[in-house]
Amino acid sequence: MTRTRKPGVSRRATLAMMGAGAVTFATPWVARAQAKTIKVGMPTILSGRVAQLGTSSRNAVMLEVEKVNAAGGLAGRQIEMVIRDSKGQPQEAARVARELVNTDGCEILIDAEASSGAFAVHEVARDLGVLCIHTNSETSSLTADPKQHIPNAFRTARQGVHDSIVGGSYAAAIAKAKGLKKWATCSPDYAYGRDTTGEYVTYLKRFAPDVEIISESWPKLFQPDYTEVVTKILQAKPQALYSCLWGGDLTSYIDQANIYALFSQMEVFAVNMADYTALTVVKNLPKGIHSGNRYIKTYPATPENAAWGDAYKAKYNEYPTNWSWENATAIMLLAEASKKANSADGKKIAEALRGLKIKSPFGADGTVTMRAEDQTLVGYAIGWGTTIPQEPYVPQVQAGDWKTIFELEAEWKKSKGYT
Amino acid sequence: MLPLDLDALTGCLASSACLVTQTTSGFIIGMLLFLVAVGLTLIFGVLKVVNFSHGAFYMFGAYFAMTAYQLTGSFALAMLCGAAGTAILGLVFERGFMSRVYGADVLMQLLVCYAFVLIFDDVVRMIWGPEFKSMGMPAAFQVAPLFIAGGVVPPYYLLLISVALAAAAVLGLGLARTRIGKVIRAAAHNPGMVSALGINTGLIYGGVFALGGMLAGLAGALAAPVRSLTPGMGFSVLIESFIVTVIGGMGSILGALIGALLIGMIRSFGSLGFPLFTEGLMYLFMVIVLVSRPTGLFGKEVA
Repeated sequence: MTRTRKPGVSRRATLAMMGAGAVTFATPWVARAQAKTIKVGMPTILSGRVAQLGTSSRNAVMLEVEKVNAAGGLAGRQIEMVIRDSKGQPQEAARVARELVNTDGCEILIDAEASSGAFAVHEVARDLGVLCIHTNSETSSLTADPKQHIPNAFRTARQGVHDSIVGGSYAAAIAKAKGLKKWATCSPDYAYGRDTTGEYVTYLKRFAPDVEIISESWPKLFQPDYTEVVTKILQAKPQALYSCLWGGDLTSYIDQANIYALFSQMEVFAVNMADYTALTVVKNLPKGIHSGNRYIKTYPATPENAAWGDAYKAKYNEYPTNWSWENATAIMLLAEASKKANSADGKKIAEALRGLKIKSPFGADGTVTMRAEDQTLVGYAIGWGTTIPQEPYVPQVQAGDWKTIFELEAEWKKSKGYT
Repeated sequence: MLPLDLDALTGCLASSACLVTQTTSGFIIGMLLFLVAVGLTLIFGVLKVVNFSHGAFYMFGAYFAMTAYQLTGSFALAMLCGAAGTAILGLVFERGFMSRVYGADVLMQLLVCYAFVLIFDDVVRMIWGPEFKSMGMPAAFQVAPLFIAGGVVPPYYLLLISVALAAAAVLGLGLARTRIGKVIRAAAHNPGMVSALGINTGLIYGGVFALGGMLAGLAGALAAPVRSLTPGMGFSVLIESFIVTVIGGMGSILGALIGALLIGMIRSFGSLGFPLFTEGLMYLFMVIVLVSRPTGLFGKEVA
């Protein structure tokens, strides 16, 4: 029987072509998965009222990634950053994080979200098992609470409880020296404002037991006018005022309190004042506001820190923020851990990260450590000082003592039932 | 902490120092709010549209003032630029866009306004950047506050209150006594008849919109030295202005003045007596007015 060939494409040829097509289309994907670049996903806030902080996170990451890539990347693989806007919404942050891993093929996540979003991204990391570094959330429970603990998530941000211990002891020393017994507080009315103020007052009272809070104000977040709060505090006549207002809210508050001469009537402690975003915007910065360090290139007063701040300014034409150093630290730790593990694999890097101590411009003693037990950053520079209206803005910073921080933090964890 | 702190409130009412401080504080909040709300109510009264993008004029006023102040260093010129700039903007916005949706569905007007809220915010972002800015207090007002009967009154706020009161007086008298005022009132009442008499109603509409924009811009300019400037800053002011116009009655200038001062006093004395319920108190007051007098305290029945 003779086979007659029908005109057109045979079944065999069709199959062959499909096979070839599959190979052609699949090859780049294989190449992408195995070869040179490693994709690192980063959800952060690039629009809305805190966009400035998200942008400064991105800037710091890119600054460090360039250096790592120039030195050969992560175990020979060049880092490719995939950075997406979460608009500051937790559900969007979680969606973006999931998409970065599942669709874009990112093997590591840098979670540059504020606290609200960080907890959402944390759940995604728990679900997908991908290596995740939280860079901006300062809410203590994110790493302190054992319920939140997962082996693949780390934090390179400061921690609320550390700040409160140092801030409380600094304020207590001044309260004792100057006899400041009557205190008022004025903080934004949401989780961060309430928690931070509560912890600060706890430690202030612990170090200076005769301090009394005589007035509390809780203005709304992003409230345009604080006049009624300013005059309320003036009526209460406290000797000292604590505030954790930040950003534009803090600068509005200062402008409005200034014309009531509030700053000459009491000592003011504003933890978020010493950040360049606020310091460079306020036109008439009162002298002598006590503030915690956020990022300032003169503290720690080392050539490394000054050089880092200047390099950032040279590249982006503005000073880094608190979020900048926290994100830069994430990349520095990643690079070092990958070198130690000699691998770009998330699990091996996580293994190497635990307990890793690296040289850092932001360390209190020139180093920072990723503490093994709760996978959070310790040993970073933390201190308080008073402001002047021009550079260096906070000429003398009094360093917090990490030994005291560790002791009180352990005690705090116990009181919360975390250990 | 208790939601009520009546001791603090009664203690304040008994002390002249506290009374003066809190009353001026209420005036400051109220008068700035009045300038925004009166434009809103004026535009509604004459044009019969609710200008949801009114907050943007407040925002532009502040940014114009800041830029003018940085360029010239003159505070007076900064105020002038804030007011004049937004007046021109208002005229262009009305002639170019709003005039096309008069008589259209309310939803259509709302949509156009909302679109411009977003567009204006992005324009500010593009020109001035997304980060917050501060204009800074002019040197002339960086002086110690005055003490009146023991109460603290910053000189800048005295200026702010007088400028706003002057604007209210000029506006009120202008509408009641001048020929232009009469024409505007007539146009509000019966635009068809005014038009038939050979008066250019388009011009009047544009003028009223420009006037409303100018007042909001003036409020923004006056607020610029003491409030931080961000894209979207007009939004919260707009919400409160709506509360003012609802309490005072849509279309009534006196209503806007009384409503704004009421809100100011609620905020200022409420923060002493009801620190956790100040916002709630404003809305509660609005609800009571809506239930007892749906047209507002000074609103007229809509025919």
